[in-house]
Amino acid sequence: MSAEATFTPRRADFRRSVAGKVLSTPKGAIAGAYLFLLVLLAIFAPWITPYPYDAQNLQVASQAPSWAHWLGTDEFGRDVLSRIIYGARTSLSVSTTAIAVSVFVGMVLGAAAGYFGGLLDRAVTTVVDLSWSFPEILLALILVAIVGPGLHSTMFAIGIAYLAQFTRLTRAQILSLKGETYVEATINLGASHAHIVFRHLMPNALAPVIVCGMLATGDAIILEATLGFFGLGAQPPVPSWGAMMSSGSALIFKAPWIIIFPGLVVAISVIAINLFGDALIRALDIRASLREV
Amino acid sequence: MALLEVSDLSIDIAGIKPLDGIGFSVDEGRILGLVGESGSGKSLTALSIMGLLPLIGGRVERGSIRFDGIELTAQPEPALRRLRGRRIAFISQNPMTSLDPVMRVGAQIDQVSRLHLGLDAKAAAARSIALMERLRIPAAATVYHHYPHELSGGMKQRIVITMALSADPDLIIADEPTTALDVTIQAQIVQLLMELVRDRGVALILITHDMGVVAQACDHVVVLYAGRVAESNGVKEIFAAPRHPYTKALIRCIPRDGMTPGSLAGIPGSVPSVAKYPSGCRFHPRCPDVLKICPEAVPPLEPQPFGGAVACHAVAARVTHG
Repeated sequence: MSAEATFTPRRADFRRSVAGKVLSTPKGAIAGAYLFLLVLLAIFAPWITPYPYDAQNLQVASQAPSWAHWLGTDEFGRDVLSRIIYGARTSLSVSTTAIAVSVFVGMVLGAAAGYFGGLLDRAVTTVVDLSWSFPEILLALILVAIVGPGLHSTMFAIGIAYLAQFTRLTRAQILSLKGETYVEATINLGASHAHIVFRHLMPNALAPVIVCGMLATGDAIILEATLGFFGLGAQPPVPSWGAMMSSGSALIFKAPWIIIFPGLVVAISVIAINLFGDALIRALDIRASLREV
Repeated sequence: MALLEVSDLSIDIAGIKPLDGIGFSVDEGRILGLVGESGSGKSLTALSIMGLLPLIGGRVERGSIRFDGIELTAQPEPALRRLRGRRIAFISQNPMTSLDPVMRVGAQIDQVSRLHLGLDAKAAAARSIALMERLRIPAAATVYHHYPHELSGGMKQRIVITMALSADPDLIIADEPTTALDVTIQAQIVQLLMELVRDRGVALILITHDMGVVAQACDHVVVLYAGRVAESNGVKEIFAAPRHPYTKALIRCIPRDGMTPGSLAGIPGSVPSVAKYPSGCRFHPRCPDVLKICPEAVPPLEPQPFGGAVACHAVAARVTHG
């Protein structure tokens, strides 16, 4: 046919894909490699760790790092490295599960509020803004105080604490997408509200919310560690970075490795997630839409 | 009986009345041109037929829209939703933005037949690709898997037309389908629409302000001005003997062969805004043939002795007095 009928052929060009853009920046590559390693360690913990996480050996209690115990032992003689690796399991599974559920619920709430508007919008916005006015840590502490300590309540608390930001972001996205011509075009096709929201609006609103969720996962790791530090998260002997630091705080001068190494891992993990998130924002070119929250 | 009959249609949007007593009809296998400058109410007419006025906070105040014996103004939203895309299709003016950027075009075409004809994914895909081929989209099976940003403007408009045709509609409303396209592509798209009408016997309402497109494609023309019908007639008659001063002016605005530089006419002034419609005949402030009565009385749309209908005091005076 005519010249206008040309189109660019589809080919998988890795450098131009989102993953390619993220991993081609040094920050994104280093952060990505670290997070990938952390996830692998968490998944394969039972086969990797030199010692079981709860193997006590009081003969080697509070020992400094050595060849036998690379990161030392805690006050019960448990291997700190093994416990950190198992702690990654706790930390990652709690924070990602909580954030994933929170993102999902937030998207549905935000989309419904933004799309239908009216009374529903006002109700959702009011509740969300109310919870938005509390710092996440305070909100999480209140919630755990209500439902009691433990891993499940930690997840619940983290999920609720971050729900507001996903709801607000999705709502803002949907509000701006609602006026797009292709949404009108879909209405003209006789599509139902559910079809428009789930097939067209949500996929278009997804990118910034996913990135926001990614960054929130970093914060959620800190929150999980904090709750663990206060003894409100994982209960012994389940290892958690926060609980390890808490028990190590008593021995901070005698055996600083008990508190330092879990703390370092928390810090590095959160920094890595943020660097990765930044690279992702750049790759997806969504800085502007994230500013709306 | 005509497939679509709009009569005495007036709408109300938050207290203002942008359409005032519009009427026309379209038969199967025919193309009706709805012509007028921006702001004359062309797109609102389309929106009224689609039953989408509530979306912009409007409602039908008076009049009727009968489609194949169904009174559309009396239908509840679920019934309208079943008609939309199924029996009445809409092609919007901007193909660049009327496709979802994150969905493959094939899936977007599929959704119409899945929604309205209840096809499964495989049958819908086969139907879509066959339809794309019939619309002469090259390498249809490949294009099916593309995202909109990978296609040219003309190609996107073809996809939009494919979507419109996907459920085999009886009536297609095309709102300036060629405005956003290159001139060469415009001709192709118009040609394509004309073939569809001829081959499939659908009725087409072509909304445009391009008199050239009207002359090329339409069977019948309705000229709108400021929310009222100024003149309606067959396309040959209207170009051979335009009667309303506004129609005459519109036709003078078409560039022609052999024109000297500077001789292309415009119409002085612009369409009044809805809030400030002039009294009487709404065209009178811009009209070269204005009479004393024009600002005072609304000219009725009178059928003319040799066919067509005109709403103009000056024309009526000429007919009665000689």
